[in-house]
Amino acid sequence: MSTSAADPTQAPEGAVPEFNAQKEGQRLFKDWYGGLEHAKERGQYVANVFVMGNAVEILRTFDFQLVFPEINSLQMGVRKVSEEYLRDSEDYGYSPDVCSYVKADVGLILRQQKHPAGTIPKADIAIVSNMCSTFIKWGEIWERMLDTPSFVLDLPGQRGSSWRVRPGDAQHMADAQWIEAQFRDLIGRCEKITGKRFDMDRLAEVEDRVNRMVHHWNNVMALNRACPAPYNAMLDGLTYIGIMNVYRGTEEGVQFMRQLDEQLSAKVARGEGRIDNERFRLLFSGTPCYVSMRRLVELFESWGGVFAYSDYLTFAAGGMDAGELVYDTSRPLESLAEITALAAQRGLSNQFFAHERLAQQLREYDVDGIVFHGIKSCRFVSSGMADTRNYLTERLKIPSLYIESDLIDPRYWSDAQIKNRVDAFFESLQQRSGGAPGDTKIRLPVVGGPS
Amino acid sequence: MTPQPADENPAALHRSAEQAALGPPPPAELGARDPEQRLTELLEHCNDRRLGPVPTDDALPAGYSGTFGHFPVYFPEEIVHAGGLLPVNLLGGGNKLELKYADAHMGSFICSICRSTTEMGLNGSLKSLTGFVTHPICDAAKHLGGIWARNFPEQLAQILYLPQNPNTPGAVRYTAAEYQRLRGDVEKQLGRPIDDEALWRSIRTYNRNRALLRELYALRAAEPWKVSCTESYLLLRARTRMPAETHNLLLEEALGLLRARKRVAQDKPRVVFVGGFCEQPPLEMLEAIDDTCYVVDDDLLIGLRWLTADVPEAGDPVWALAEAFVEHAAASPVQHDERKTKEAYLMDMVRGSRADAVIVTAAKFCEPGLDEQVAWSKHLDAVSVRHLVLEFEEKMTSFEQMAMQLETFAESLLFALA
Repeated sequence: MSTSAADPTQAPEGAVPEFNAQKEGQRLFKDWYGGLEHAKERGQYVANVFVMGNAVEILRTFDFQLVFPEINSLQMGVRKVSEEYLRDSEDYGYSPDVCSYVKADVGLILRQQKHPAGTIPKADIAIVSNMCSTFIKWGEIWERMLDTPSFVLDLPGQRGSSWRVRPGDAQHMADAQWIEAQFRDLIGRCEKITGKRFDMDRLAEVEDRVNRMVHHWNNVMALNRACPAPYNAMLDGLTYIGIMNVYRGTEEGVQFMRQLDEQLSAKVARGEGRIDNERFRLLFSGTPCYVSMRRLVELFESWGGVFAYSDYLTFAAGGMDAGELVYDTSRPLESLAEITALAAQRGLSNQFFAHERLAQQLREYDVDGIVFHGIKSCRFVSSGMADTRNYLTERLKIPSLYIESDLIDPRYWSDAQIKNRVDAFFESLQQRSGGAPGDTKIRLPVVGGPS
Repeated sequence: MTPQPADENPAALHRSAEQAALGPPPPAELGARDPEQRLTELLEHCNDRRLGPVPTDDALPAGYSGTFGHFPVYFPEEIVHAGGLLPVNLLGGGNKLELKYADAHMGSFICSICRSTTEMGLNGSLKSLTGFVTHPICDAAKHLGGIWARNFPEQLAQILYLPQNPNTPGAVRYTAAEYQRLRGDVEKQLGRPIDDEALWRSIRTYNRNRALLRELYALRAAEPWKVSCTESYLLLRARTRMPAETHNLLLEEALGLLRARKRVAQDKPRVVFVGGFCEQPPLEMLEAIDDTCYVVDDDLLIGLRWLTADVPEAGDPVWALAEAFVEHAAASPVQHDERKTKEAYLMDMVRGSRADAVIVTAAKFCEPGLDEQVAWSKHLDAVSVRHLVLEFEEKMTSFEQMAMQLETFAESLLFALA
């Protein structure tokens, strides 16, 4: 994958093709998988990275080809083949209670890296952050099974509730100093692997592209505060964050996000929504069930319910929409550490104090209810979910629904049970609002505020 | 107000309620009493502590003003101990606690220790805690910080971000800064400073404790017929409910009695037990293992033995604690360290204790433990070390099947070793 400017649309002469985010996203993903397949032939070094805390900016400076194992696993779910890989992993010895992304990846290793999208190259290094503890265990599996060395990127997270770190304060600088030390260590390791000298100017260029991409990404996130919402966070949004991750720091990524920003802005100006009759604005907390992601959204949209925001779009896109996260390209490395510290605390590890972010987003996106999706094999998302739900229901009197399935394990998707719960949720929303079926957007007041 | 350690004020300590609870007479006056009976008394006392509640403020030993809860694995107890707080390692509710409230706050697929610790908070058992600290050992444990903050806002609820990368230069400085931050937050909560002198006293007390625990484990490896895994576990676990200085007295007395035991070695295989670093196996499970095997090393409550050497009593006390964490630490499935792979430290345990085999356990729903179980069993297969894989849950109450597995395992080992 090139990081230089490119025209991805290939328009006929004189005509400006309409930007189609879905198709363009698919094209970019196909290109990315194609790039993975041939990385080793091109003599490119490969790094495994995760969506939360990954030092992508440094790796791009060294021209690493990036593999996102979480995306590989979820793609198995989308393509309805995940169960085969999961069963291989369980036969190998992994418990049904282990993260299904990890198990699908072990299945991939057992099948000599043969993924439905192509062969995944073995990585020369893996960057595993502590933001999700499973990342570290996953990295240890690669160490054993693929001989891939791990670099643990230890990011100091949010320590307690009401944790307010401001850029430049003593706590922020102490945390950033530790992260910078690790980045310097990582740079040394990348130099050894690639035989290349680190180039600070190239880091600044990558950061400039990330800044531009994040600028548009923040606009895209904010546009869904409009009513009707121009996109569904749990369907269209999944493509957007895929691009945010895989193309972060590239010109293609900037272009995609710029075009998306423009298209959605125009849509909002025209008053167009994701669906014709938006009746309920919802917040989705958790990750999708990728084997049934369209079905899940359909269950809600059939009632006129649209997911205006999901915390998934925040933490699974690196937490970069958490405000003030702009690299100072005049001091690239220091700034990278400082922004990484802020993103880790405001956009990633605040999942452990989720009530704070959710209370804020309930107001900002003016939602009528929250849907919590407990994931059986993902403790990062699910462990505090029921408690968070109790807290928000009690304090904000916000209607909520709790459903449970898994990331990519179809054995935990119970369609009839989930449909019953979704239907009951909407019936109660309808009764609460006094609206009749077929009414367009019904406003429900959000009572009170966090104590 | 800080506790006076035993080496500075033993007379006062012997008068304390804590010492009285150990049962008269004190060690020097044992005289003609039956040593085995005294050992039984001490172990029963430890077991009572295991089953008993966290002490309320009005039942604390002299010199302590409150309690401070911490979740496994490792917590630098010296910091709160120096502030006059009794460190209380929260290890869930075992198999005697019925969950009434936690089900509504945590999913059914979360490990038992997180759920039952939450239950203890919600049922009021932990209402006297000054604070509660959890660690980035796993995501369920990290979420306890949020659960605590939402439900018990009067307590200082935090995640202590111990580094998962102890290998990059700067790890000691970061750890020291994190300890210093915790110290400051505890001081604010207490409304009084924790001075360096008090910290040094606590470090000295805990150094003595570390040395005694090393002796206990050395005795088990050398003469496992003198102290069972269950007995050793009860002695170790007692520290989660009593001051370290009192625990030192307990260990000193118990070690003397254990060493003097006249017992003949039985024909049992020597095994290493792993998987007890966080959620604790029921005591009945350890007893079942003792029935058929000599457990010559284990990782039970490894956080209480985390620092493998004395903390140097020089320089800055917070820096000394941080440096010890980075440079002289044990190992567990929830701590990454490039200097020791999980397989390597397990093999060190096997070699160091001259074990014949390994019992590889994991708590149900414990993702790190279950991941490690696969890696360990594959490795043990590769190096031809016999092992038994078991899954447990703290709340389990039926052990017949497990006992049968253990018996079969031990017999096959003895047959192979004959």
